[in-house]
Amino acid sequence: MLDTFFFYVFSVLTLGGAIATITRRSAVHSALSLVVSLLGVAGLYLLQRAEFLFAVQIILYIGGIMVLFLFVIMLVNLDDAERQKQFNRQWLLGLVTSALVCAQMVWMLTKGGTLGLPEPPQSTSVQTGGNIEQLADLLFREYLLPFEAVSLLLLVAIVGSVMLARKNP
Amino acid sequence: MLHPITTNHYLILSAALLLIGTVGVLTRRNIVIVLMSIELILNAVNINLVTMSHHWKNLHGQIFAVFVITVAVAEAAIGLGILIALFRNKETVQADEIDLLKW
Repeated sequence: MLDTFFFYVFSVLTLGGAIATITRRSAVHSALSLVVSLLGVAGLYLLQRAEFLFAVQIILYIGGIMVLFLFVIMLVNLDDAERQKQFNRQWLLGLVTSALVCAQMVWMLTKGGTLGLPEPPQSTSVQTGGNIEQLADLLFREYLLPFEAVSLLLLVAIVGSVMLARKNP
Repeated sequence: MLHPITTNHYLILSAALLLIGTVGVLTRRNIVIVLMSIELILNAVNINLVTMSHHWKNLHGQIFAVFVITVAVAEAAIGLGILIALFRNKETVQADEIDLLKW
């Protein structure tokens, strides 16, 4: 009951923020709408008992990536861009393509009446500990190699962005 | 009146978010907003992964979502670095004005 209510609240936040993000003229307004949208997504994670991802979404996305975006918006002079045309020449083609994909999704949904997901397993093994504890167990045992690979990716990204944004490369 | 929320609700929501992000990528000229639309698409994927993880009652989907978030961070950092370098050389942030490779 309460879950249903909150699902719709967070859905409205997510989709409303997303639509505002792609329609605003000013990039700062877009970034702030994106923060609203990401907050809605964080709420949806919490509704699905993914507490760790909820925290990561708020700390990393809203606290990290969005601050990075706002920094760059302040660094780059966007006043000229705001006064120019906002949509490119192919906007109609892009809309038609997206509408086609949307129609295909709706057709797939209405054809069978359901997405055809099999029923979830009734009872799995007894789970001990909270969400974060289980995630850590899985991440540091089964997914240790991908975890290390992704840390290398982050190192490359740090060095690469510093190199790209440097004044005299 | 209020019916319980099923897995399909979340999947439809994530499909809608993906479509909004795609429209943003395909139609906007401002590169900053195109990058934000890419973040929207990645979030739609993450909602899908977490939903499936909840549906099947195991945590592998959430682990994959963590990796997707990491890649999104790297992508945003590199994309914004490229944007700064581009603005320094071309003085524009409009995607269709950058045509150095076009003859």
